Parts: sequence; C-alpha cells; structure tokens
Amino acid sequence: MSWVAWKMLTGDRAKYFGTVFGVAFGVLLISQQMAIFVGLMRRTAHAAIDVRDASIWVMDPEGKNVDEVKPLSDSDLYRVRGVEGVEWAVRLYKSLVRARIDNGEFRQSILLGIDDHTLIGAPVKLVAGSLADLRRPDAIIIDRPGYRLFWGDGPIVLGKTLEMNDRRAVVVGVCDTTPPFQTFPVMYTRYSQALGFAPRERNQLSFVLAHEKEGSDPQQVCDSIRASTGLAARTRGDMIWFVIGFYLRSTGIPVNFGITIALGFIVGTAIAGQTFYLFTLENLKQFGALKAMGVSNRRLIGMILLQATIVGCIGYGLGIGMTSLFFESTQGVTALMGFYLPWQVAVIAAGAVAVIIVLASMISLRKVLILEPAVVFRG
Amino acid sequence: MVASVIDQPSTAAPVDSSTEVCVSCRGVVKEFGDGESRIRVLHGINADVYGSELTLLVGPSGCGKTTLISIIAGLLYSTEGDVILFGTPQSQLKGSKLVQFRAQNVGFVFQQYNLLPSLTATENVAIPLLIQGQPRSQALVKAREVLEAVGLGSRAKQLPSQLSGGQQQRVAIARALVHEPRLLVCDEPTAALDAQSGQVVMDLLKRVAVQPGRAVIVVTHDSRVFTYGDRIIEMADGRIAEPGSTQH
Repeated sequence: MSWVAWKMLTGDRAKYFGTVFGVAFGVLLISQQMAIFVGLMRRTAHAAIDVRDASIWVMDPEGKNVDEVKPLSDSDLYRVRGVEGVEWAVRLYKSLVRARIDNGEFRQSILLGIDDHTLIGAPVKLVAGSLADLRRPDAIIIDRPGYRLFWGDGPIVLGKTLEMNDRRAVVVGVCDTTPPFQTFPVMYTRYSQALGFAPRERNQLSFVLAHEKEGSDPQQVCDSIRASTGLAARTRGDMIWFVIGFYLRSTGIPVNFGITIALGFIVGTAIAGQTFYLFTLENLKQFGALKAMGVSNRRLIGMILLQATIVGCIGYGLGIGMTSLFFESTQGVTALMGFYLPWQVAVIAAGAVAVIIVLASMISLRKVLILEPAVVFRG
Repeated sequence: MVASVIDQPSTAAPVDSSTEVCVSCRGVVKEFGDGESRIRVLHGINADVYGSELTLLVGPSGCGKTTLISIIAGLLYSTEGDVILFGTPQSQLKGSKLVQFRAQNVGFVFQQYNLLPSLTATENVAIPLLIQGQPRSQALVKAREVLEAVGLGSRAKQLPSQLSGGQQQRVAIARALVHEPRLLVCDEPTAALDAQSGQVVMDLLKRVAVQPGRAVIVVTHDSRVFTYGDRIIEMADGRIAEPGSTQH
C-alpha cells in the first residue's frame, strides 16, 4: 500500500508541489531568519572570534563588553605574565577612531592595536599585502568592506593613505575578518602605532591576551588570574558568549529580531502544517473508501506517515537549499558579508519540520482514524 | 483465471426456496445519537439475502437502506440484533477481524464511484488485491484481466478523470469483483448515470457479478432497474415493507 500512498501523494502534481513548497517555504523562513540572527549575534563578538592565538582574555572587571572597556595600566600586563600557568601575555588595543581620506570623507572605524613583537591578534586571512609589512612605519591593514567604503569597488591598490588623529596611516594590506556588528571599517596596526592614532588617555591598554602553559586548563588559569590580579579573565569561548550575552540583555535589536524569528517560525509552521493537513483532508473521502475496502487503521497510519516523510524530506531539502542559495548569493554584498547558514540552524530547522509534519500528520490522522467507513455511502 | 470466471453469463438458476442464504439479518436495530437526540433508524429488520441472486433493496430516500447495507457490509455495527454473514455472526467479528473479513469477502460499488483520482483504471482495480497483500505486478495483471472482462481493456491506463461516469462505474465494478468477494454491495450504482449508462452498469452487474455462491445487493430507488432484480426487498420507515418478493 506504500505504492498507493506514493501515487496518492504525487498523482495531482499541482497539489503535490503546493504541499512540498508549503513546507519548503516554512523551512526557508525558519532557517533564513535564524541564520541571520545567529550571524548578527556573531558579529557582536567579532573581535574575540578573530583573535585565534590567545585562549584567555583579560580585562578590567567593570568592562561591559568588548567595545566598552576601562583601560588597564601597563603594569597589569606584567601582573598577568606573573600568574602561575600563564605561558605568555600580550597587549591588545581596541577603540573607535575617526579616519579621514584625502578627499575629506571620513568614517568612524574600529582600530585594533596588536602586540608589536609577536603580532598576536593579527588578521588570519589577508587578501592583499603581507603581515610583515605591518612592521613598517604608519602601516595599517584594513578589512575589505572598509577598503570598499573608503575607495570604492575598483581593484585593491596598496599604499593608499588616510588620517587618524592628525596622523598619516598607510594601507599595507587588506584582509577578511568577521564583519563587526556596527559595519565600521576594521583597521589593524601595531600597539605602539595605535596609541598615536587614538586620542591619548592616561591608561591605554584595552585587553591583555594570554595563553596557558601546555597541559594547563585555560579555565583554571583564568581563575588564577582573577584571584591574583583582581582582573576579569575569560577563556576565548566565554569571552564570545560574554559579548553576545551583553547584546542580548542590553539592546532591543536581538529581542526584536527574536520576535521576527518567532513569527517566521509560527508562519513557517502554519504554512507547512496547514498545507499537509489540507492535503490529507482533501483525500479524506479516498481514505474512507480504502477503509471500507478493508485497509486497517494501522496501514492508513503507515500510508499517511510515509506521505508526511516524503513531503517533509523534499520540502526540507528545497527550503534549506533556498536558504543556502540566499547566503551564497549575498556573499558579495558588503552589508550581508559573513552571514552564513550554521549547521546547527539546519539541524534546528530539520527538527522543526519533523515536529510540524508529525503534528500535522497526527491531527490529520485523527480525522482519518475516527472516520466512519460508512461515510463512503453518503453521496 | 478471474476474467474467465466472471466473463461467463450468470449461471444463477431460477430462484427457488433451496437457494443458499448468504446474509441473514435477525432483529437488526440501529440507533444514532444519545439521550433525547437518539434516533432509531432501523426497527428490528429481519431479512435474508440469497447467493447466486441479485437482490434489490428498494425504498424511498431516508428509509434506512444505506444504513442497512452499511451494517450488512460490516461498516457499521447494529445497536441490537445481528447479521449472519456466510454462517458467521457479525457480532463475533470485531475490530481487525471485521476489517479483514471485509477485505476478503466484501466488494463495494459506490454511488460516486470513489476511484482514487491519481491512479489509472488498472491501478484502481488492483487495490483490493494490494490490500490482501498480493505483489503489485501480480495484482496489476489480474486487474487488467478484470478490466477486459468489463469491457474497458482499452481504457486501462486512463485516469478516472479521463473516463465517463458510466466507464468509471464499470471500473468500480471491476474493482469490487477483482478479489472475488462472496458479497457485493452496490449503493445506488446508477444514481449518478444517465439512463443508457445505468442500463449498461446493471447489465454488467447481472451478467458478471452474479455468480454461484455470491450474494449481490443493490440499493436503489431507481424504478428503471427493478427488472434486474431476482428478489426485491422493500423498505419503508426503517422497516421491511415487502420481505423479499421474487421475480421471474
């Protein structure tokens, strides 16, 4: 009877494609909105995500997030280096600066000053230039969207200059980074150089990046740093979640976006569930006829579940495919750069479709199971 | 083969008292609803349906014909009384046993045909065999033979929507006969057809469906088909008005 179920499902092409696309559209809504949300939250923690070498972040305990820090004193760096279990510790500067190009156009930008000697915290993926050139005087490396904002869409030309805090900066490289939440240009320079590009304060050290000795547990080393120095120390993973948590708690954007996701989920669920439910309802008379002819309830359940599985799998594949296509096709768009479909979202969408389809099947099944086979004699 | 069996003209002998009783209704009462809204539709029906005959169940609309054949076919349970089907009291057949009994012993022809629209004529006819668990290829071969027998061999691959009403009803008859049931229940098989198509369908039922040992019940209020019945049971207001008058 599986064959009959398959024929019933696919016999009416318009109805079949309508049902499958209903599910696919539901999956598209759920997965695309969730992926955008995840991407947005990921952007808030761009700095922590992009520093791959350091496993520990140290900052002032009053710091609210990666963009809102109270600078540390230089002696704090040495105190961290002195903590048991710390292999190395280096400086990291981070602040917002105003950068201006020759024609007077300016942009608020994110300036990152990395350790002069080790260059720990430097961008991983350079699309032009060399990391070694960062050691040259006034050198900066700028992210690709930032370069486009300043100098447009032409071919990348190194050696362009800009001005920050009345100091000349020379572009020696262009890199790809995790796009920041504010979509400002991101610039990397040496720590000593960054202090010149940014307005002077008494203390300038934003973060201390550290790494535990081999065989040590990063979490335990963080605990030791906290106990010894009174500073806030977090593992890289905790730092990422600390920043995301701040944005989740303190801004309305995630909440509003969350509502959009919830609506996407509800609308997606309703569309996917309703189309399958209606499909079964439209076939109720046929199920009644089969029941009269001696098809048991167990067999009917099997037939409907088979139809649900087919619709769910094909609809899910199409929906996830459309979401992937969306992110693939928008990779070149500066404002959407870095958004992608995380596998976790794909799994959640699969779970959601499974729940939707099972629920719709169960509601439809109830109709079929309580269906009096004698209904087939009523006209 | 099935086709050769059912393609023969009916060998039913002229009705006499020795004809085997296949279905026997004993004090069948059917009520719907509860409490004050309870309605008694059948008031203690006693009737026999004989094998090798075409029995017409006639009467005006709302007299309980459809309810009675629903009970006889095992689609509804009676509130009181019992139906003896080929020697087995229906009250002994509950749940899955009754479903299985129906699948093996009862064929249905519905007023609205109830063919699956996405299946071809052959595939529709094969359904009862598939329900019984026969392999698809075997079922389709057998279905094709029965379709030939009802004169629709050339329409085997067509969908119901591509067939006329009369042709669809002939496919439905083929579907009802393909598994060689002992009881064939037809509910107003000519109601949705014009006079000529109705005649073709009744001819077919008389010629192909009536077989030794098989009881055929046709519910109708179409007086034009009365001549096809070997026996007529007339109902009125949930009771038997005329208990099985014979014709011929």
